[in-house]
Amino acid sequence: MTTVKELPVQDYFTSGHTACPGCGGAMVARIAMKVFGPNTVVYHPASCMLIFSSTYPNNAFKVPFLHVLFENSAVCAAGIKRALNRLGKSDVNVVAFAGDGGTADIGLQALSGAAERNEDIIYIMYDNEAYMNTGIQRSSSTPFGAWTTTTPVGSVHAGKVEFKKDVPRIMMAHDVPYVATASIAYPTDFIKKLEKAKAKKGFRYLQVLAPCPTGWKAESSKMVELARMAVETGIWTLMEYEDGKYTVNRTPKFSPVQDYLKAQGRFKHLTPEDIKKIQDWVKSKWEKDKALEQVYK
Amino acid sequence: MMQMKTQTEKKVVTGDYAAAHGALLARPKLIAAYPITPQTFIVEHMSEFIADGKLDADYMAVESEHSAMSACIAAEATGVRTYTATSSQGLALMHETLFVAAGLHLPIVMPVVNRTLAAPIGIWCEHNDTMPQRDTGWLQVYCEDNQEVLDMVIQAYKIAEDERVLLPIMVNLDAFILSHTVEPVDLLDQKMVDAFLPPYKPKHAYLDPSDPMVVGSFAPPEYIMEARYQTEMSMQAAREVIGEVTEEFADKFGRDYGGLIDTYRMDDAEVALMTLGTVTGTARDVVDSFRANGKKVGLIKLRFFRPFPARELIEATKGLKALGVYDRAISFGSGGPSWIETRHALYGHTDIPVTGFLAGLGGRDVTPENVGMMFDSLLGLAKGQGMPHVSWIGTRGVEP
Ligand SMILES: Cc1ncc(C[n+]2csc(CCOP(=O)(O)OP(=O)(O)O)c2C)c(N)n1
Ligand SMILES: [Mg+2]
Repeated sequence: MTTVKELPVQDYFTSGHTACPGCGGAMVARIAMKVFGPNTVVYHPASCMLIFSSTYPNNAFKVPFLHVLFENSAVCAAGIKRALNRLGKSDVNVVAFAGDGGTADIGLQALSGAAERNEDIIYIMYDNEAYMNTGIQRSSSTPFGAWTTTTPVGSVHAGKVEFKKDVPRIMMAHDVPYVATASIAYPTDFIKKLEKAKAKKGFRYLQVLAPCPTGWKAESSKMVELARMAVETGIWTLMEYEDGKYTVNRTPKFSPVQDYLKAQGRFKHLTPEDIKKIQDWVKSKWEKDKALEQVYK
Repeated sequence: MMQMKTQTEKKVVTGDYAAAHGALLARPKLIAAYPITPQTFIVEHMSEFIADGKLDADYMAVESEHSAMSACIAAEATGVRTYTATSSQGLALMHETLFVAAGLHLPIVMPVVNRTLAAPIGIWCEHNDTMPQRDTGWLQVYCEDNQEVLDMVIQAYKIAEDERVLLPIMVNLDAFILSHTVEPVDLLDQKMVDAFLPPYKPKHAYLDPSDPMVVGSFAPPEYIMEARYQTEMSMQAAREVIGEVTEEFADKFGRDYGGLIDTYRMDDAEVALMTLGTVTGTARDVVDSFRANGKKVGLIKLRFFRPFPARELIEATKGLKALGVYDRAISFGSGGPSWIETRHALYGHTDIPVTGFLAGLGGRDVTPENVGMMFDSLLGLAKGQGMPHVSWIGTRGVEP
């Protein structure tokens, strides 16, 4: 198993990009590109990552880079891959890096289509839990209770009323070769999953929790800590669905969710009832995870 | 004009088959498409060509037209020749992607079977699918018959891939009137097509890890204006390239389509009608019968709508006393798109009245009588009789 220390020194997502300090998405890109290496083509939809890595005439990626639109990442990556195959370059990794909005909402149709066709691509959703690029609007991946600019804290409603959409399970329902979640706070686990994804063929989906200091209203220095707390509380599950087998990679400590919630401005308005709702949600999620392990053995 | 130089295989085929066979001969490496009436035969034929081993290509049965064009853009940007086809709602759904294909200078070829757009929903011929796409940076050519459809798919690749152009192109054919109607078509010889259309090799933009580049960067205002100017320059350069390709095709295959426009019996004509699409065929017959009665009428066939043939129209309309422009679409609040463009093109070059005719919207037949009425009004107009700027032909509740 490769550790952070053993990763190549060489970066293919380099410094000089314009992400906010502490940006979880930038950490995802940096680690992932160290694993994928130079024989890679990347696709980026409209998102923070497009803007902070590629504003003409600069680009932080040292590999070929395509942007077409917002909602078509999976099909564009598939088009690149099939064309490379036709040109006799079938050894090239094709990786789409898309946000949660570009994946769970507007891009879900193209994602589902590409997964059903088992297109030979790696799709990485960096999940910062809102449309950050356009100014922190809610996505279906925004968690319950979170403040965003379209789920404001008002006198009638406060924060998002719905729970987070479970995209990994939607991808599991497509029965693709590989589905996994990861967190920037667990780089060894993330690297292992990237290596697995790289080695496999067919449609591979990774969803990585990528905290956002601007949207989550927390200090840049706290991003890795928040990503760790999300796992320890059981709010974020580290899982893998591989060749039909479901595994939870880490049993949470089930530390109280309020430690995680209190550390972020986006949750500061939550009432004790809201916090209890989230604690109950964690419990039922864990029960579902255990049941899934039994079903997909 | 239409004499055959080479006698190859002639088969009785639909317009959709002609569109598919043209693509077969062009040897694309990736086809991504989504079915919609009346384009469905095209995607079915392409699937059959691949299933039967006649064409060595990827067929991506994507989940929407938005994805079909996205796949073509990504594959073309990677470096292979692509093909897709659509119609009506499918083209409208693609709208967002069309700008990207042109902005990235990707020479994608796409037949569009012209069909009406909802609401009311219908499946028959109208040009209100392609006309609203006029500002996306795609070339557009409208076909008169099935032979022209096949010939133009081949020519479209040659024009689009020319280094001076590098823009995508729509080859338009009228729903059902061509798409589902059989006509004898010279299916061309593969070796001759190969000699006419060499394999696609991107020179400027491609995705290759051994030579990394960014395709589709985010660009601040310092750069986008120049990008727009370059697209316009490519569109202008296409005029010359279309002329060259028309000539080379005529030379090799024996059919000369005239370039941006074609004309019929325009020598000494006093009035002329301009048409696009299949109405042109009807109008040829009507011109013949008017001429047989000693009436000096002529016909201008608008082939390319983008780039718009301004210079050619100034030339072709010299000496006329009145010009009518037929449209199968309306820009609400103004008039037919070709009529608008023609008046703009002729402004300052002529004093003659230029009047617009709307007929056949939603797929209604445009009969020889309808076209005869147009010529009658034009002859009246030439004598100084008044008429509205835009006339609705064969429309209930509208005075003829
Ligand atoms: C069709 C379309 N609708 C809306 C937008 C505007 N838009 C650009 S990025 C974005 C949000 C991206 O959110 P996400 O995918 O979560 O990425 P993030 O910026 O959070 O990293 C939106 C709404 C667009 N570019 N295209
Ligand atoms: Mg986001």
